[in-house]
Amino acid sequence: MTSVNRTRSVIPGFGLTMGLSLFYLGLIFVIPVAGLLIYTATMGWPAFWAAISHPQVMASYKLSFTASLIGASVNLVFGGLVAWVLVRYRFPGKRLIDALVDLPFALPTAVAGISLVTLYASTGWVGQYLTLFGVKVAYTQLGVVVALTYIGLPFVVRTVQPVLEDLEAELEEASASLGASRFTTVRRVILPALLPAALTGFALAFARALGEYGSVVFISGNLPYRTEITPLLIVGKIEQFDYHGAAAIGTVMLVAAFLVLLLINGLQWWAAKRR
Amino acid sequence: MPLPRLTPPRLARAAVFSMLAALAASGQALARDVEILNVSYDPTRELYREYNNWFRGYWKQKTGDEVTVRQSHGGAGSQARAVLDGLQADVVTLALAYDIDQFHTRADLIPANWQSRLPNNSAPYTSTIVLLVRKGNPKHITDWNDLTRDDVEVITPNPKTSGGARWNYLAAWGYALERFNGDSDKAYAFVRDLYANVPVLDSGARGATNTFVQRGIGDVLLAWENEALLATHELGKGQFEIVVPSTSITAEPPVTVIDKNVDAHDTRAVSTAYLEALYSDPAQRLAGKHYYRPANPEIAREFEGQFPDVKRFTVDDVFGGWTRAQTTHFSDGGRFDAMLEEIGARTH
Repeated sequence: MTSVNRTRSVIPGFGLTMGLSLFYLGLIFVIPVAGLLIYTATMGWPAFWAAISHPQVMASYKLSFTASLIGASVNLVFGGLVAWVLVRYRFPGKRLIDALVDLPFALPTAVAGISLVTLYASTGWVGQYLTLFGVKVAYTQLGVVVALTYIGLPFVVRTVQPVLEDLEAELEEASASLGASRFTTVRRVILPALLPAALTGFALAFARALGEYGSVVFISGNLPYRTEITPLLIVGKIEQFDYHGAAAIGTVMLVAAFLVLLLINGLQWWAAKRR
Repeated sequence: MPLPRLTPPRLARAAVFSMLAALAASGQALARDVEILNVSYDPTRELYREYNNWFRGYWKQKTGDEVTVRQSHGGAGSQARAVLDGLQADVVTLALAYDIDQFHTRADLIPANWQSRLPNNSAPYTSTIVLLVRKGNPKHITDWNDLTRDDVEVITPNPKTSGGARWNYLAAWGYALERFNGDSDKAYAFVRDLYANVPVLDSGARGATNTFVQRGIGDVLLAWENEALLATHELGKGQFEIVVPSTSITAEPPVTVIDKNVDAHDTRAVSTAYLEALYSDPAQRLAGKHYYRPANPEIAREFEGQFPDVKRFTVDDVFGGWTRAQTTHFSDGGRFDAMLEEIGARTH
């Protein structure tokens, strides 16, 4: 009797759902990634190294990772702020703004890129005023950051929002009644609760930005060594039928993104444990 | 209105009727409905829309068959890759022979001698590279050598990602070779200085045109003549002027049947006729109307006013064919890469 209870879970269907999950992950995710790795493995170490370490490629890594990091950081701060405002305050048009936050997900990235460059080009609505202050956005590295910030906006908002909603206001009141200042309450009570979710949002925004292509190519100017992002270089290789070169750089991006996500997951685990 | 119910007698009548209809249809001559797919690049959209209409009538009159030509347009490189990856094109009409060569070397879809199967290197129409400047030519650009001046910004896409841009690059290189009496080091320096003046390197020709026309960036756009004529006549009438350089390249956008696909589809006859008819007088006039230079010199003469005289050289003459041009200039580690490295180092 007890042995039956031990092997049988109260919730049915574990075997079935597990099997389906593995099948699904295999089909959608593992096979394409394995294909990339296997294909890269056929090219041999010297060719691989030459493809991934060329100065032009190195310059693109630098830009892609830095710009993605800046974009995700900006979103961490301002996305957190947006989530806070959406959860804690009532104001007219709140639902509309709530819905608008998801727009960068839905809008085709090419449309986003063209809109951004129309705004920020030196003849654009925003760009013409920025030019007066000597700030150039379109066709510079700053333009890349702007595009990557735009497409990463929803992630932090959407991960932080539900946690904030669950965070009871009583907790803050208790903190205040125990004599904590407003700043201490934010620092010791609210932020630690939000940190794991915020980090998840940050990681998602960062990963998304690393792979982004469609919106960036319109605003970056695509100058090798200066404003060329790694995904564009990969497309360039494919256009020349250099599938091996493209796969090699793709593999580097994959491994790098994986390491960064692993690191952030570790941080998250550490933050959750510390609470 | 309630639907009539199919009672058994009605059902029987309907069955007999449909059988009779089928019989009648099969007895009617042996007219077939055929469908072929033409995979092309971006700027031929208008030309082929009109040509396909004409060809439908021509083929119907000739054979009685009803032919539908489906079109696919996009960047030349990605279109070529789609065909390599299995897009079932019966014919391709692309921007440069190098892309079509890949169908032989990488997939054996066509024979090696594909380009000699039709007249004029399989290019029923040609074009050339011209300089498109803003109205009134404020920077006084008259020829290629003005493009290396410090005060001139040049818009041209990246030859590594854009087939059209390779024509631009080779046109500039050919000019420089001629000017420096075949000194390829000097030609290299000239083309490098030209690319140092490029503020935005778009990935495709359409993107470059947008940068120049919509964003107002740059003083001169390197453009296919047909695109430049379209811009000055239709899109941006009165805003731009064409400067014809002293010498330029003969851009040959070639066409071919994809043998493996037409044999599988049983469409070889109609596909071959489709391409051969591009050389007929009415089709040549259509090409001219859409700003391509007709291959037939007699028809070309009808468009004399539209196409200025320009001394033109071919890729075969100056660069020894596309394969050699590709490896020397555009492949990784080629001359274009070397230029980029120098320019990149300079600005750092």
